[in-house]
Parts: sequence; structure tokens; C-alpha cells
Amino acid sequence: MGARALSSVLRFTPPRDDAAALPAPLLELRGVSKVFPGVRALDGVDLTLRPGRVTALVGENGAGKSTLVKILTGIHRPDGGEIRVKGAPVAFASPQDAEAARITAIHQETVLFDELTVAENIYLGHAPKTRLGFVDWPALRARSAALLYGLDAPIRPSTRLKDLSIAQRHLVAIARALSVDSEVVIMDEPTAALSHKEVDDLYRVIDRLKGQDKAILFISHKFEELYRIADDYAVFRDGRTVGSGRMAAIDHAGLVKLMVGRSVDQVFPKAPAVIGAPVLEVEGYSHPTEFAALSFSLRRGEILGLYGLVGAGRSELCQSLFGVTPPSDGSVRVEGREVRIRSTADAIRAGIVYVPEERGRHGAVLSMPIFENASMGCLGAVSRRGFIRSAEEFKLARHYAERFDLRAASLSQPVGTLSGGNQQKVVIGKWLATKPKVIILDEPTKGIDIGSKSAVHAFMSELAGQGLAVLMVSSELPEILGMADRVMVMREGRMAGLFERAGLTPELLVEAATGNAGSLH
Amino acid sequence: MTLQAAPGSAVPAPRILPDRLVSPLRRFATSWEALLLAVAAAVFVANALASPYFLDVWNLSDATFNFTEKSIVALAMAFVIMAGEIDLSVGGIVALCSTAMGEAAAAGLGTPGLVAVGLGVGAACGLFNGLLVARLGLPSIMATIGTMSLYRGLSYLALGDGVLKGYPADFAWFGQGYAWGPLSVEFACFLALSAVAGVALHRTVFGRAVRAIGSNAFAALFSGLRVGRIRVVLFVLTGLASGLAAVMLTGRLGSTRPSIALGWELDVVTIVVLGGVSIQGGSGTMPGVVIAAFVMGLVTYGLGLLNVPGIVMSIVVGAMLIGTIALPILVGRALRRRRTA
Repeated sequence: MGARALSSVLRFTPPRDDAAALPAPLLELRGVSKVFPGVRALDGVDLTLRPGRVTALVGENGAGKSTLVKILTGIHRPDGGEIRVKGAPVAFASPQDAEAARITAIHQETVLFDELTVAENIYLGHAPKTRLGFVDWPALRARSAALLYGLDAPIRPSTRLKDLSIAQRHLVAIARALSVDSEVVIMDEPTAALSHKEVDDLYRVIDRLKGQDKAILFISHKFEELYRIADDYAVFRDGRTVGSGRMAAIDHAGLVKLMVGRSVDQVFPKAPAVIGAPVLEVEGYSHPTEFAALSFSLRRGEILGLYGLVGAGRSELCQSLFGVTPPSDGSVRVEGREVRIRSTADAIRAGIVYVPEERGRHGAVLSMPIFENASMGCLGAVSRRGFIRSAEEFKLARHYAERFDLRAASLSQPVGTLSGGNQQKVVIGKWLATKPKVIILDEPTKGIDIGSKSAVHAFMSELAGQGLAVLMVSSELPEILGMADRVMVMREGRMAGLFERAGLTPELLVEAATGNAGSLH
Repeated sequence: MTLQAAPGSAVPAPRILPDRLVSPLRRFATSWEALLLAVAAAVFVANALASPYFLDVWNLSDATFNFTEKSIVALAMAFVIMAGEIDLSVGGIVALCSTAMGEAAAAGLGTPGLVAVGLGVGAACGLFNGLLVARLGLPSIMATIGTMSLYRGLSYLALGDGVLKGYPADFAWFGQGYAWGPLSVEFACFLALSAVAGVALHRTVFGRAVRAIGSNAFAALFSGLRVGRIRVVLFVLTGLASGLAAVMLTGRLGSTRPSIALGWELDVVTIVVLGGVSIQGGSGTMPGVVIAAFVMGLVTYGLGLLNVPGIVMSIVVGAMLIGTIALPILVGRALRRRRTA
């Protein structure tokens, strides 16, 4: 009763002007856009970073976050829009320009040098010099030690970088950012590979940076840590900024709604499955180092989701089933018949095909044309006595290109010039041409824009409907929850749970994958 | 299992995708092969103008002898380089094959037996290279630098400073004989093998696999191609080609010294690269390699007719090789600059 009265009083107070209470922006982006061949990665994004505040940047994979980071660090040049640092417009022609504007990014692939020492990594390119122009080694070591001490990081400056853990490398990267006196620090999924304790250490470092009036852009998929560390948020969807404001003013569900922009049912065109007899039966399947004693089965018309953290051995399992690396123990049966798979050719003959996670490296030969990629898995079918029949090859490529509505100028176009989604269509088409029984999809929508994503999901559902057995590896919970009939969870190379679709919650999966029920609140 | 779209699903009318946008003729007109053909014609005309002896039919026939043996090895090397590998041991293989044939001839073996020894030793050397690369996983450049010394070293071990000469009279047919009129056995063999290599590279599953491996060996493996096996076959083929070249060269010279075919590997690689085969693998054509063989042959023979010393000749060949590799890079850079300007 009292609370209601209070709020009715507050309604009449003039709305508090948030901006006035905040420090002036350090970095401002207005309408920044970036187009890659076939994909509009950024379509007019706005972003404001203020000193002493952590801004969380969230968005689904492919929303444009990494493109933004690359623009802010001078790797890509924007096609339109304006970037202002302390109110003055800037244009970065190179990563050096971005560094001069005091912007540094820290991410998994931050360029550090394994064979150099920590101190050398921190001061590479701007080492203190003696009067004669030589590197002032004592000063270099002393300053590095001071920086690391300031971060509370127990790392010796003389250690070689290759001997450090990932968390320690992050700290070195942060120390490097501080050594050039960066004012804007971008952290792209910094906690992805860190343990709980290391994450806590990182939080303390971030608090310190805030105290030094740095502006921090923090990119993460983990909402719990965003609520722990961030002051402001910005949400990207399909290359646009769809929302921003104070973290305290929005709840978890609100963020998800902004990110997805539509309900889960609409995103995932999952058809009701007609599940038949087992097609793939795996028993006691083991690998010398990556996984052990895995037993599961996959049935006709079923989509089996395979969930787990990075490093749980999921891709290794898939590649082993596909004959890339031999297992050390266990048996595999396809339609009741035991098969021995020692090469990828054996796997294809047995009816098992694999769409790898890294399309450009493993999935397609980017420099070769569409028709040559499409026939690569079934060259026997388009040839007679070893001679390729060109007409049949084009016919096959055209069949799948039309079926998947491939966006290309001609069938002779190199696959590398297509967008990610269209490349994936070529890779999947290649495998359908081999008439497989089991198709393994490893992160099938990674790095694909949202429109093609649902196209990939639609034909995944369609394939299952036609009696194919689908094993889908995914790190995206919505994808797993939306598409899979059953979900198998792996943790550290072992089976950590098998769940039916009915009654499945993200919490159940994450608990099984982390083995830490207390990690979720 | 049917793979047609399920009935009732709303499939938008598929757009018609053409097979290709650029016609093969127009593609040829702007290709490396067309440029090479023009260079070959220019060198031919220049030779004809510079020396009155050049245009004689028998003289032209003679001109082929100095490059057909290397060119036959280049046909096989083209496949190896296109698959992203390299074989630097071909000169060493020729030496070892020739030495083996010389020893066999000294032991009284007839011509058919000698040919079998030459080809057999060549194939065995190639197999050894292939196993080092495909099974042990050594980088081919290191493996074949090693076997280059190994094979020639064996040859030196067997011969020392000596010479093997006692070849049967009819053995010379392979290196000196004529198949028809002024068409030498060597040259006829090269033309026939060129056709076979061209068809194999551009029309067969094997050729496609070689290009795929050279473009992206991982993706080729993940497409079910037997990458390891194909690599071994490629090295066996270069070994065989080197064995055949050894038969011809030994037949032509009539003797074997351990220094035979010294430095061939570089000439062979030069022909392949000049032919437009990417040294990084994946792209190139067999007609390009064949035309490049003619260009190399015509240039060196023309310079020979003009009494240009060997040192200058190697300078010319070196300049040609660097020019070939640099030209596409410079042209690409110029085009990019025009586009961004």
C-alpha cells in the first residue's frame, strides 16, 4: 500500500536525465555500417562508451559483434557512419591508428608471441630506449613488473609466453593495453576458457580498470557475468543496435527478447519427428586422449543434439565417427551391421557424413567452383571408369543449388566468394549427393547470418523428416533446445547425460555440461 | 530415400543458375596459356630471324632433344606441384636409374631388361619419397632434398670417378631413334604423354582429386578423398617419369657418369611454374606446362645457335622464372590500385 503511494508520487517528479549524470562519452559510434560480399555485417550501429563504465555488448552469433571489434581495432574499415573519440571524428586506416587512439582489444586470438617473454610481449613495438637507441632492458623489466603488480597478477616478466595459461595470457594482454595507456579496452569473450577462480580474478582487474577511468566494452554470452560486471548494455541484432541503456534497468528476459527479437518457436522450424529404428549404434567408443566409453544410438528421423563446453570432446567424437582419427576401442553399427571405419572414404561408404565446424578450412575448397565442390564427395557417381562426365556433374550441382535456393551468379563461381550461409548449403548439398544415412552437423550455423540460419534449420528438419538420422553438435542452447529430439551432453570426454526433448530446460543442460549445479542461479 | 522437397512445402520458384558466365573461348583469350603461346611464337620467330639454320626440319627435330627428357619429368612434376608438394630428387633418381642400368648392362642384360630396370628403380625411388611424405608426414621439400643427395650419393658410391659404357647397340634407339621421318622417338613419346597427362588432369577423378588436395588438403580429406594414397601415387609417377627420362638420356649419351642429369630438378620445376602452375598448389593446366616446355626448349636452343655461353643461358632461365612468378603479382597489384583509386 505504502509502496504504491510512493510510486504515484514519484510519477510526478520530472524524469531524471541519465545522460546528465554520466561522464561525457569517450567513444561514440553513429550509424556505422560494413558490407562484405553477400552479407551486410553491420547496418548502422550506434554505441557509446563512457569512462569508468563497463558496457556489455550482447547479440547472437552473427549479429555483428566481431565485425565491430575489427572496425574499432582498425582491421576493417567501415563503409559508412561516424566514429568519435572524445568528440572528435576519427578514421582508422590501420591497427596502429587504433592503438594511437588508445583503443585495445583483448580476445582469444589476441596477437601475442609465444617465444617472447612476458615483458617483451607487453612492450613490443614501444619498448623504452636508452640514450643510444638500444632497448632499455632493466627499465622494460621493471615497468612490466609494475604493470603486472598493478593488475595483481603473479606472473614473472621473464617467463616465456608459451608457458602461461590462457587466463595469464589475458592478463598479459591487459598489461599490454595499459602499457600503451589505452583508454578503451575491448574484451571479446574473455571468460570463454577460464575457470571460476580465474573469472573472479578477471573481475577484480576490470574493477581496477574502471577505477582508472577506462571505458570497457565487454562482449559475452554469459548473462550472469554481465549482471555481475556491466554498468550499461547494448544489444545487436542482424547488424543493428536494437537497444541500449543501463544494465540495472533491464532484466534477463528483456535482454533475451531484444537479442532474439522473436519467439523461439518462430526461429526454429522444427517439424514433429517420426522416429524409426536405430540407424547408428555406438558402444564403448573410446579415443586414446579425447573421449572414453561413449555409448549411444541415433534413430531414423531423429535429430540428436550434442551439447557440451568447448573442449568436451564433441568435435573429436564426430571426426572419429567420420574416420579422420581412429578410435582406440568400441564398436559402431550402421543399420545393425558392424562397420569398421578407418578413413573418411570408409565412413562415406557406410553412410556417415560430416559437415565440419570450420567451413573454410575443412568443409569446402574455397578456391574451387561450386560444381566441383558439390561433386567432391561422390565423384564416383558423376564419372565412368574414372572419367568425369561434365554434364552429369553440372546436373548434380544444379539440383542441389535449386533445392537450397543457392544465391550465386553461376555454378562456376568459387565457393569462397559466397556468403557463409550459402557456403554451408554447398557443403550440405555435397553430402546429400552421397545419399547418406547419418549426417553429422558440427556447429551448423556458426558464423551464418540469421536469415540463412533458419534456412539451415528448416532443411535440417526436412532431412530428418525424410528419414535421415541427424547428429547436431551445437554450443548454442536455443538451437539445441529448438531443434533436437534428444540431447546428449558431454563433459571432459565422457557422457554427462542424455535428455528427452520433453521437459528439457537450459539449466539442466548447463548443469550437466559443467558438472557444477551451483554455477547457475 | 528420396531427396526431393517434401510436397506441400512452400518452395520459391528456383532461379536458373548458369553453368558459367564467362565462355571458355573468352577465358582462354585472357589466360596464362594464351600469353605463353604468344611468347613461344615470338621466340620461334626471333630464332628464325636470328639464325638462317633454324627453320630446317631436321634442325628443329634436333632442337627437341635438349628438352624432351626434362619435359617428360615436368609432366609428372606438374601433378606433384599441383597437389601442393614438390619433388626435388628427380635428378638424383635419373642418376641412380642410369647407374643401375649401367651395372645391369655390364652384367649382360638385354635392352628390354635394361628398360625394366630403369623404370623399376625410378618407381622404387618415387615410392620411397611418397612414403616419407605421406606416411611419415615429412614436408616434401625436406624429404626430397634428402633423397636428392641420397640417390645421387648411391650413384657416386657405385661408380666413383668411373664411367659405365657397355650398353647394347639397340638401347640407343630410345634416345637417338626416329619414330617417323624427322619425329624422334623421344619427342613422339613426350607428345603422347602430354596428351595422357592433359586428359588425366582435366578429365578424370584422379586429376580432380589432385587439384582439390593442392587447394585444401583438409577439405579434400573431409570429402572422402584418399589423400595419403594419392600423394604416394604422385611421387611414384614422378619416379617413373624420371626412370623413363633416364632410359632416354642414357640411350642418347651411351654412357653413365654419376654426375648425369645434375641440376635437372630446377629446370623441371621452372618449366612447371612457367607453365602457370601455382607453386602453392591447386591451380594450373597441362597445356600451360607443355607450352612452357616448348618456350624453355626454344629459348635455350636459340641461345645455343647464337653461341651464347651456358652461364648467360642460366641467367636468362633464372630471369624468366622470377619474371613468371612476379608478373601475376605485379599485374594483380596494378589492377587493385586502379580499382581502389
